[in-house]
Amino acid sequence: MRRVYEEELNKLHSQFFQMGNRVNEAIYKSIKAFVNHDKELAKSVIEEDIKINDMEHQLEQGCIELIALQQPVTADLRKIITVMKASADLERMGDHAVSISKSTIRVKGNKRNKAIEDQISLAGEKIKKMGQDIVDAYIDYDSHKAEQIALRDEEIDTLAMAIKTASIDEMRRDPELVLGATDYILVSTYIERMGDYITNISEWILYFETGEIQELNTHHDYKQLGV
Amino acid sequence: MLNQKIKVRDLKLWYGKFEALHGVDLDIYENEITAFIGPSGCGKSTLIKTLNRMNDLVENCRIEGSVELDGKNIYSKKVELNELRKRVGMVFQQPNPFPKSIYDNIAFGPRTHGIKKKNELDEIVEKSLRQAAIWDEVKDHLDRNALSISGGQQQRICIARALAVEPDVLLMDEPTSALDPISTAKIEELVMELKEDYTIVMVTHNMQQASRISDRTAFFLNGDIIEQDMTRQLFTNPKEEQTDNYISGRFG
Repeated sequence: MRRVYEEELNKLHSQFFQMGNRVNEAIYKSIKAFVNHDKELAKSVIEEDIKINDMEHQLEQGCIELIALQQPVTADLRKIITVMKASADLERMGDHAVSISKSTIRVKGNKRNKAIEDQISLAGEKIKKMGQDIVDAYIDYDSHKAEQIALRDEEIDTLAMAIKTASIDEMRRDPELVLGATDYILVSTYIERMGDYITNISEWILYFETGEIQELNTHHDYKQLGV
Repeated sequence: MLNQKIKVRDLKLWYGKFEALHGVDLDIYENEITAFIGPSGCGKSTLIKTLNRMNDLVENCRIEGSVELDGKNIYSKKVELNELRKRVGMVFQQPNPFPKSIYDNIAFGPRTHGIKKKNELDEIVEKSLRQAAIWDEVKDHLDRNALSISGGQQQRICIARALAVEPDVLLMDEPTSALDPISTAKIEELVMELKEDYTIVMVTHNMQQASRISDRTAFFLNGDIIEQDMTRQLFTNPKEEQTDNYISGRFG
């Protein structure tokens, strides 16, 4: 019985890995398309997202069946909960890659700003690396690594804030940039959100090991907003 | 791809005046485990016994309808009972080895069917005990009385005995309800391996057992089959409210 259960669980595990790779690829492509003004590549990201969503549904279905048919407890149950919750976070990351791609398709032809796009490119590089690392940490159930990855969310937040500030400055200087720079702000927000989902996945990896649901990187301190 | 092994159609069964099955239709597929679940007295054991005509032994028992094995009605006059029960073996709730040696228990069926040579019998005994995942535990004392080993081992001896005549179908009527959890796990594991080579029908009171190991499940209630479906479907999203109530323990 254990054998059957473990086979099923391993199947979910490898599905998660495959889904994670696809999402990371989508993130990479969406940002590449954005900074290269590559409308075709952006379209392909949107089309690929259907597959990512299918993969998530399959994973969820697999989890539901395992729970219903095998009645797992303790670590077995936590594994299923972890993969179910983490895959939902992955799926949302994929949705943000779609949003970035839609921006790409929309802004083509508007005036651009190379310096800000370079920053977006940098943030994209970082988020993609974090995405790959979190999938690896998940596969190894490496909670220490997961915590380290979550700490890197700070860098993403800082970069996203810098992109926003720069965009607003440039809009002030050159109103022709307003359309394009609005998308810079949107894209920086999408990247920032991806970082939050990666943090969530870190939390689920920790949950699997400790059995405790805990928050990493809370952003409930409104004093830094200067109010 | 799925080969239908047993086809039950409009089967009615009476014990004297009591109608125990009210016209049941059931499909059982090759190399699958089909589980029968349902409350006591709902007809599960009655139906499983009709699949190799064990009900012939019950006085005042009468049936209508048909049970086909590989497309042939097993209740037809042409059917040779010994041949039928060779093809459709059975394992019961209480381990019931004969009060003989382990070896003789396994060799009993093949001997009945005319196999006499020692080396042939040796081969069958070893093969059957291996298939029943008990060879390693008993190989050094095959001459021991089969009643002297543990209940879980006895049940695997009974499975080996059923396999020794190389049946197509293995009927199991609550094969683990008299066993402890470790022995139960061993039998479940074994049954899942056996489905590679056999078609298995199992009555169980343990719904978790049905959900864990079976491919298909039939839910019985008061002499009817309320629902039969793939186990994963039946246990995640049954079509009938009665099924839902029973498997989630809301019955009554």
